[in-house]
Amino acid sequence: MTSPPRLRSHALSATDDPFASLTDPAASREPVRRSTSDDGAALPPPIKRVVLDRTPRPIDPATDVVAPIAKDQTLGPERLRIEHVSIGYGEARVVKDLSLSIHQGEVLALIGPSGCGKTTFLRSMNRLTEQTASAWREGQILLDGRDIYETELPRLRRKIAMVFQQPNPFPMSIFDNIAYAIRVQNRKTPGKAEVRERVVDSLRRAGLYDELGGDLDKPALRLSGGQQQRLCIARAIATNPEVLLMDEPCSALDPRSTAVIEDLIGELRESLAIVIVTHNLAQAHRVADNVAFMYLGDLVEHGPVDQVFEQPRAQRTRDYVAGVFG
Amino acid sequence: MSNVITTAIARVREPWSDRQATVLLGAVACFVLVLIGAMIIFIVHAAWPSLSANGLGIFTGGHDVDKQLGSMLVTGQHPPKSAYHLNAWPYVYATILIAGVAVLGGLVIAVFASVFIVEFAPERVRRVLVPTVRLLAAVPSVVFGLIGILVLVPFIDHDLLSTKRQESVTHLVQLDGTGVMVSIIVLAIMVTPLMIALTVEALRAIPHGWKEGAAALGANRWEAIWGVSVRAARPAIISAAVLAASRALGEAVMLSMISGSRGWSPNPLDGLTYLFEPLRPLAAAIVENVDGLNAPAVKSSIYVFATILLFSSLLLSIGSYLARLPLRRQGVRV
Amino acid sequence: MSSAPVVPRPVTPVPTTPQERRPVQPAGDSVRNWRLRHRIAHGAAWAAGIFVIAVTASIMGFMAWKGLHYLNPSLIWQRPTPGLAQGDTGGIRDPLIGTLLATFIGTLFAAPLGIATAVWVGEYGKPAKLARAIESAIEMVAGMPNIVLAIFGLAIFQLPFFSFLSFKAQGGGVYGRSFIAAGLIMSLIAIPLIYTATREGLAQLPAKLREGSWALGKTKICTIRTVLLPQIRPNIATGIVLGMGRIVGDTAIVVVLLGAALQIDPVGDTPGLNVLRGGGSTLTTYVYAASPAGEGNAPQKAYAAAFLLLLIVVFLNALVGWIGRRTKNSEITQ
Ligand SMILES: Nc1ncnc2c1ncn2[C@@H]1O[C@H](COP(=O)(O)OP(=O)(O)OP(=O)(O)O)[C@@H](O)[C@H]1O
Ligand SMILES: [Mg+2]
Repeated sequence: MTSPPRLRSHALSATDDPFASLTDPAASREPVRRSTSDDGAALPPPIKRVVLDRTPRPIDPATDVVAPIAKDQTLGPERLRIEHVSIGYGEARVVKDLSLSIHQGEVLALIGPSGCGKTTFLRSMNRLTEQTASAWREGQILLDGRDIYETELPRLRRKIAMVFQQPNPFPMSIFDNIAYAIRVQNRKTPGKAEVRERVVDSLRRAGLYDELGGDLDKPALRLSGGQQQRLCIARAIATNPEVLLMDEPCSALDPRSTAVIEDLIGELRESLAIVIVTHNLAQAHRVADNVAFMYLGDLVEHGPVDQVFEQPRAQRTRDYVAGVFG
Repeated sequence: MSNVITTAIARVREPWSDRQATVLLGAVACFVLVLIGAMIIFIVHAAWPSLSANGLGIFTGGHDVDKQLGSMLVTGQHPPKSAYHLNAWPYVYATILIAGVAVLGGLVIAVFASVFIVEFAPERVRRVLVPTVRLLAAVPSVVFGLIGILVLVPFIDHDLLSTKRQESVTHLVQLDGTGVMVSIIVLAIMVTPLMIALTVEALRAIPHGWKEGAAALGANRWEAIWGVSVRAARPAIISAAVLAASRALGEAVMLSMISGSRGWSPNPLDGLTYLFEPLRPLAAAIVENVDGLNAPAVKSSIYVFATILLFSSLLLSIGSYLARLPLRRQGVRV
Repeated sequence: MSSAPVVPRPVTPVPTTPQERRPVQPAGDSVRNWRLRHRIAHGAAWAAGIFVIAVTASIMGFMAWKGLHYLNPSLIWQRPTPGLAQGDTGGIRDPLIGTLLATFIGTLFAAPLGIATAVWVGEYGKPAKLARAIESAIEMVAGMPNIVLAIFGLAIFQLPFFSFLSFKAQGGGVYGRSFIAAGLIMSLIAIPLIYTATREGLAQLPAKLREGSWALGKTKICTIRTVLLPQIRPNIATGIVLGMGRIVGDTAIVVVLLGAALQIDPVGDTPGLNVLRGGGSTLTTYVYAASPAGEGNAPQKAYAAAFLLLLIVVFLNALVGWIGRRTKNSEITQ
């Protein structure tokens, strides 16, 4: 088996099939999930069964937005609180009056059909939307109780890291990519030895170090897509952010790289709050504690993953997880 | 006659077969290779009498090279070997000095100004500045030379250069406002817009994802543009500097207007006087002696200067290629 | 793999209601909070930018002021005559015609060569080694100083074989200087620009354009002629105009290969051909000749001619901008 030594996922070590974690969510859930109960009975049935035999029903958007369910008590303190946020570009309103909160240790999956405003919402959390001239925002986003507008952009973005849909390593060596993040994020430039130590540590955490075999001077753009994305994750977590935003981090990757990154999310979660946008419902099911379903800018349903996938309360959620649209 | 032309046009307009096209276009494309080869052969061939007579002695100084060239004029159609004697170090030194300082100084200004234009300039300033800089990069060098000789040279002569300073060296060399300082300034003004135009273009072509990635890591605007964009644009900046250097090396007429045109090696130990000493770069020496081509010794000397310029520009091209190689390995588009 | 131990972060409670805490102005990326190093560099960027603006504005303003002052229609229509006093040196008609003629000849040769080379390298390019060599050779030509090209041209056109291109003296010596000789060498400085523009245009075309045409059974060369080249006409036009700008601005080639005559100086009796075989001057050499560095010493006329040159360059630059904008618009409407 060519699998690198650090892949401890049951799915990958039990069989040689790299797709195992995709086709059988139960297999890969166990090591990743934390908030479900320990006995096997609580594990959800495979996604496929949920997805079957749903017939579309007419939608009434006005009555179809449901309130969030009370949070799981095992989660850490609240990190991000989003209050009545609306975002738009020029005339268009792309995110409409959205409220939710995100806790440390939580993985929140944002799902919804294409163009419903997931990326826009995610980018507003570290104020990247401000780079678009026509973008505007109403409402409030609080990080640890402070409005993110009060924090200087560099400081804010050091606390709220982001991984993009397309891996975007800089055209430098692997080492320089991460060292750049470390140097940028410290007011006092740390010494060479310390930088190296932290580079190695974050590469370890991103599960990339052993794969590289110590060759940190390799050009980052020579890595495979999956490795590049993990390098971007390593770069993002190099200085211990509080929140990690991930915008479809696996959409350009093969199943094996996807599984590795999902594992990684499971390992990172305890020290972070993670918001992940994904089109892959199975993936949302595997990695998330809570799921927020957006539709045309509305937050339709927000609740624990099992509930949203198995007993969706809103009709549009039901149709979406059944694969009717999107 | 016209009949022949119309048939020829008709032949060309006939659809070509792909094989014909490949051969024809390929032959045309090979023209540049032939050209480079021919340039080396013809120029070195014409320079050969002087090269063989002098060897590396060309790069030595110690004699008044202007006088050497002048005396070559009267050595007849079949000059003896001794007539070829040439110690051209002052020209070489002048070329390196003027081009080197102008390009390096201009490069620093160009990189910072490009960063300003791309990242910090208000939108309205940027919209005027970019086309104007591009225009300045296309202004004929002789226009800069004219401004130099009609504005800067008189200014230096009257206001910066004291009579005392002039008199202190008058037994050696005439100071009249032309020379090191004005040459470097005007040459820098000539090559900097070119470097700015190319650097701005390169900075603008940096993929959005990299800039966004830097911003998302908490880089401030300076760290983002300097640490990522400028760094990624290095190959283009190197190319720009090399192009500027070859323009500067080969600038002939403009420098012959303002350099003082004297085969003199300014000595930095002269203190401030250094800035006002005249000099004469290789290219200017070529243009100014082109009338003496009928004298074989002068001709051969001129082609020696051309040989030096030819090979330096080839070396610069190769150097720029090599400088970009490691970056290409980094995956940067070059 | 051991992940770092989990340390829950302290949470600061929200003391007041969100509405009160909302700052008026969102905190951005204030330079004041940057490290000193970055603040200094940022200041340097602003300084460089403002410096460039100041220099650009003063050069443009100065030339416009002088030019508008001295340029008048009679100057343009009169033929230049050699003379000592500024009053009796005539106008700049011949240099102006010379500039137009040289540009025309240079472009006439450069365009087909540049386009054909680009098409071959971009669309055929086999063997790959040859294509890469040609690409490097083009880069070398682009970096070659004009004076070297000029002196090379002289070596070529003074060969007895090329005596039909210029004037042949009684003793058999070939003069080697004529409009056709200068134009041919000038085409070399335009070729790299036309090549690059065409090459980039071809590279930007989507592959489906080619495949669609091949699918219709068209040959490769037919596809190039009927589909690809029409598509990139704006790129080619931009390259040609840029090349024209280089030719207009050249001085060294004119000085060496067109002779120093002020007036157009026909050779032989065939009308048309005699002008091509003869020497003359262009605006750039006129500026040089009329400056204190040349023989004329007519600074007012030099300013006027330089301003006219500048106007031509501005016009060419505007043309490039216009072509660029037009294509951008048509792309949007497509
Ligand atoms: N820069 C922009 N300017 C104007 N409109 C934009 C911009 N970016 C996004 N939009 C619009 O906002 C809406 C939401 O886009 P967004 O990228 O947030 O969707 P998404 O949910 O992330 O979709 P996907 O799943 O396809 O990534 C879309 O209708 C899009 O057209
Ligand atoms: Mg998206």
